[in-house]
Amino acid sequence: MVDVTRGAEVTVAPVAAPPRASRLLRPLAPTIDILKRDRFALAGVVIYAVLILVAIFAPLIAPHDPQVVMERDGLWLTNQKPSSAFLLGTTNVGRDIFSQLVYGARPALLVGFSAAFIVAFVGTVVGLVAGYFGGWIDNLLMRLTDVAFGIPFLPFVIVLVAFLGPSIWNVVLSMGLLLWRDTARIIRSQVLTVRERAFVQAAHISGASSWRTMFLYIAPNILALSFLYGTLAIGWAILTEASVSFLGFGDPTVVSWGFMLQDAYVSQALARGAYYWFVPPGVCIMLAVMGGFFIGRGYEELLFPRLRER
Amino acid sequence: MLRARLIYLLGRLAQMVGVLWVIVTILFLIFRLMPGNPLTAYIDPTFTAEQEEAVKRQFGLDKPLYTQYALYLKNVATGNLGRSFFQKEPVLDVLMDVFPNTLLLTVTSLVAAYAFGVVGGAFLAWRRGTKVEGAGILLALMTRAAPEFFLGMLVLSFFSFDLGWFPSSGVSDPGVIYDSIVEQLLSADFWHHLALPALTMAIYLQGLPLLLMRSNMLEVLDEDFVTMARMKGLPEWRIMLAHAARNALLPIVTALTVGIGYAVGGNVVVENVFSWPGIGRVLVRAVQAKDYPLAQGAFLLIAVVIVSMNFLADVFYSALDPRVSATKQEVG
Repeated sequence: MVDVTRGAEVTVAPVAAPPRASRLLRPLAPTIDILKRDRFALAGVVIYAVLILVAIFAPLIAPHDPQVVMERDGLWLTNQKPSSAFLLGTTNVGRDIFSQLVYGARPALLVGFSAAFIVAFVGTVVGLVAGYFGGWIDNLLMRLTDVAFGIPFLPFVIVLVAFLGPSIWNVVLSMGLLLWRDTARIIRSQVLTVRERAFVQAAHISGASSWRTMFLYIAPNILALSFLYGTLAIGWAILTEASVSFLGFGDPTVVSWGFMLQDAYVSQALARGAYYWFVPPGVCIMLAVMGGFFIGRGYEELLFPRLRER
Repeated sequence: MLRARLIYLLGRLAQMVGVLWVIVTILFLIFRLMPGNPLTAYIDPTFTAEQEEAVKRQFGLDKPLYTQYALYLKNVATGNLGRSFFQKEPVLDVLMDVFPNTLLLTVTSLVAAYAFGVVGGAFLAWRRGTKVEGAGILLALMTRAAPEFFLGMLVLSFFSFDLGWFPSSGVSDPGVIYDSIVEQLLSADFWHHLALPALTMAIYLQGLPLLLMRSNMLEVLDEDFVTMARMKGLPEWRIMLAHAARNALLPIVTALTVGIGYAVGGNVVVENVFSWPGIGRVLVRAVQAKDYPLAQGAFLLIAVVIVSMNFLADVFYSALDPRVSATKQEVG
């Protein structure tokens, strides 16, 4: 499926003994190649590199504590316009908006990556087992997938989080319980074709157990697809966390971008025209989600080279 | 042939009922087994233990779980969704009051989004390989990446608060009450209120049909009958419209059908931004107020819409493409 030959053409230089660095990088060559050519994918990688750095070094970057009310001479500095002291102004109770924005990268990445991991993992295992064993196991798992497709996603997350308690991990858990459905169906159909290939049949005949065949021989051939669905899930997870927070079911102790938007909405920031308050967190969510889409698109090209001609 | 189709349809129908049954069961388990007393609205802290027992008995909560479940299934099957704790009305009545609002919002925005998306996607396919196409794709991806409520907030602050062109919330001006749906549909006031939430949803929804239409067109343009038409010397616009677009539209029809279901579930946030009295807003408020029967009913109604739309999409698809029997076509 992956077009290995293309990558090889690029890296195997006409030099007789390639330097060690290039040999180490060779497995990455197709990826680097895509990044060179596909500016969307490059933008996605850059967005995530910046987000990760901001999340790690948030305390160094943010000029203030995002939860502390700014004061001067005992007066609360509420509804400040953007200035050099407060880059994006302050909220209606005097919190520094820029610092909130910086700290917001942390829950976004945490939710995005952990949900993506659950989605890719559960979806892959369900798809593998269903596709490999077939029969009643397949039937059962696919009917389960049908049920997951029938449950309204956002309402389900809201109801579950309302019951389990407003914490960021409950949001991740609720998403994980449903979002594996797309991955499972795609992986299953992929397994159905891989299963028939000669090397899998050979492994089976030479006495490899079912689980061994499944995870050692079939799984490596579909992992790339799981990864692709994982990158897409990052975006959905960040969007969903933001929606849940906006509706008021989010973790009240965590300053996320969705929380900032809710804060702005209920504090009448819209009626006051305080664009500096609610536009930046919205744009950050968009960037994070788009970054996931871009990386996914680039990766898809890597997987299905035919798409490139389009 | 006809018999095979009938068997497929019946099987698919049975599957739909099965899925709904499992969803109803999951709902029952979520609302019964979760922490917190479902009767907090009825039980006062000053109640004695006997009074509390009496209330429990009244709601059948003293019976074993499986009896409660059987009773619940029977009630749902007969359309009895219980009474709202706070509105003190049958849940079904509360839901049916607001359901038309949700449907009108969803259908209007979907029609706008798909009309725009199909034309826009065909246009991008026609201009393939140009800067215009690149910019168009980027823009579509941006709207898909934006949270719906954020789009709503931008639209709201710009068109309502800055320009003052549209009202900021609700379904009608204060004091206006419609006697019937028809009257509501004919009033300018209603459309005036509908404009912004529908615009928000349409901006969010157009990305999918646009990208889908574009890639379908490109795929169809590779096919032999298009090459044939080219060789016959037909003008480019005719090839685009009569040959490529017509064939690229089929998957869009399926996407639209599935889209109705997911849009009803997804417009929860938009309804809340614009205080639009629909199912999504009822659901959020019911969950916040711990009005369990109402929350359960709203959730179930949305699920019914999604499941039946998935069913319809399958039926359309099998009718349009005779190769499909039991295998299913996936749509975003």
